[in-house]
Amino acid sequence: MTKKEKVLLSGNHALGEAAIRAGCRFYFGYPITPQNDVPEYMAANLPKVGGTFIQAESEIASINMVLGASVTGARAMTSSSSPGISLKQEGISFLAGQELPAVIVNIMRGGPGLGNIDGCQGDYFQAVKGGGHGDYHTIVLAPSSVQELVDLTVLAFELADKYRNPVIILGDGQLGQMREPVILPEPVKNLPDKDWALRGARGRPSRFSRSLILNVRAMEEHNWKLQRKYREIEANEVRFEGYLLDDAEMVVLAFGTAARITKGAIKRVRKEGLKVGLFRPITLWPFPHKAVRELAGQTREFLVFELNAGQMVEDVRLSLEGRGEVFFYGRPGGVIPTPMDVATIIGSRYYQRIKRRAR
Amino acid sequence: MNKVAGRPKYLKPNKFHYCAGCGHSIVHRLLMELTEELNIAERLIVVAPAGCAVLAYDYMDVDVVEAAHGRGPAIATGIKRSLPDSVVLNYQGDGDLAAIGTAESVHAAARGENFTTVFINNGIYGMTGGQMAPTTIEGMRATTAPEGRKPEREGYTLDLSSLLAQIPGVVYAERVTVNSPRTIRRAKKALETAIRCQLEGERGLALIEVLSMCPTNWKKTPLEACAWIDEVMSRKFPLGVLVDRRQKISKAGTGNAD
Repeated sequence: MTKKEKVLLSGNHALGEAAIRAGCRFYFGYPITPQNDVPEYMAANLPKVGGTFIQAESEIASINMVLGASVTGARAMTSSSSPGISLKQEGISFLAGQELPAVIVNIMRGGPGLGNIDGCQGDYFQAVKGGGHGDYHTIVLAPSSVQELVDLTVLAFELADKYRNPVIILGDGQLGQMREPVILPEPVKNLPDKDWALRGARGRPSRFSRSLILNVRAMEEHNWKLQRKYREIEANEVRFEGYLLDDAEMVVLAFGTAARITKGAIKRVRKEGLKVGLFRPITLWPFPHKAVRELAGQTREFLVFELNAGQMVEDVRLSLEGRGEVFFYGRPGGVIPTPMDVATIIGSRYYQRIKRRAR
Repeated sequence: MNKVAGRPKYLKPNKFHYCAGCGHSIVHRLLMELTEELNIAERLIVVAPAGCAVLAYDYMDVDVVEAAHGRGPAIATGIKRSLPDSVVLNYQGDGDLAAIGTAESVHAAARGENFTTVFINNGIYGMTGGQMAPTTIEGMRATTAPEGRKPEREGYTLDLSSLLAQIPGVVYAERVTVNSPRTIRRAKKALETAIRCQLEGERGLALIEVLSMCPTNWKKTPLEACAWIDEVMSRKFPLGVLVDRRQKISKAGTGNAD
């Protein structure tokens, strides 16, 4: 595959290839639909670059294998889908507490429980509000195309190392399974030096990596240290995309696959003269609170569309702090509505709120 | 004058938090003696468990990572796969290895991971205050088996090491104890044998189970606890080599023949 040449890849395969090119040499996972093509891709391709693939006995074991590889300074990844990600939460909390980098991919499916194997966004709360126990955050990246999945996978490894923090890529079954032409990145050549890694105490004092801190004041100080890091991430790493916002009288907010559907819907309603734009958070944590609040200077009409029963909408409301009217449209359970469906919702809301006022 | 005894070089000068008569401090010392004798301090990484030994890094002056409860074998797998030339010591208690981490223990063995597991079996949950362990002997009282463990009520005592020894991925497994100077010397030999599996290119998991005293939660004096291992515990968990699948070492003279 030469530079700049487009290749046709499924989201799951593109993710695997991007991870390998980002310097990931350790992948540990457990089969679960709709992301089985990730471990399969890694099993076939990691050994070619001297990497290690293990099909673990459980999701719990795989996240802890990630922790083991990560504590030695290696780039490591695991992927799963919703129920499997629930099982990994203990390990994610430990990664956060021990300040170890890791990339965790959730190709979300319908839930709760076993749910189904279709695309869904029901794990937003779990991803952005912590997930496991304790006061921590993971960086959460939400791609809405296969190309963006590739780009964000490389970014995920960079951010994980930069902040010594687990990073979650929050995709869904739709994104994982669909094929699109993508430009793959050049392999990362120089990986960062990790002066905290445990590789044996050769020529230096011994080190340890722990999350147990029995002294409550030391534990509090460790928590404040984590919080200072989170504030730094919030200041530096917010990412979002605006689409046709300049003249928008109504702003639709959506992420991932829902945002992609929304783009199609907005193209339709624009043809009918409705001034509607899209605001798409790319980082779900840190959430683009400030940018959302600034939208309230332009319009008071907001519509949040999610493939769940209403999760990101809470962050939108928190961002707006009452500065706008927020209407929610959600489709939980794995249903993927068409752009036409969403255009109908947008149109009806637009006519109720804006055209009526204009009359 | 020759110095014939002293504090091992890699045992930090910290006071053990372990109770009087506890086996952990003895095993820590043995491991740090071996670290010096086998010259592995610069490539040793210890995985410490949730449980009484969670603070291993307070005593072992080598690289140490803490594991979530029961996840030591998975973490040790990640470390050893990343650093094949390192020596990885996975230290676990009985609740850790044989209850909450059973799957990790069994499958690290099934994959034949090349690290050493030190399994401290004291038949009780020590750190949390004396609850029943998978290894609690039938009839023995625990705070969660207040009338004594009855198989029909609390289930049978689990001898996971003997099950693990059936798995071809286990290259060496031995059960020892540390209740007397003689058994401590045997335990040290067994630990050395297990660590040497990594040094000498043997393929597979080496497991040393140590029957270890917990006088505090057994409600015994340290001496009574030592005697109880001989009288009761080692009958349920017989001492000796459980399996030896080493290929590269002449087996004569390396085991605990005495």
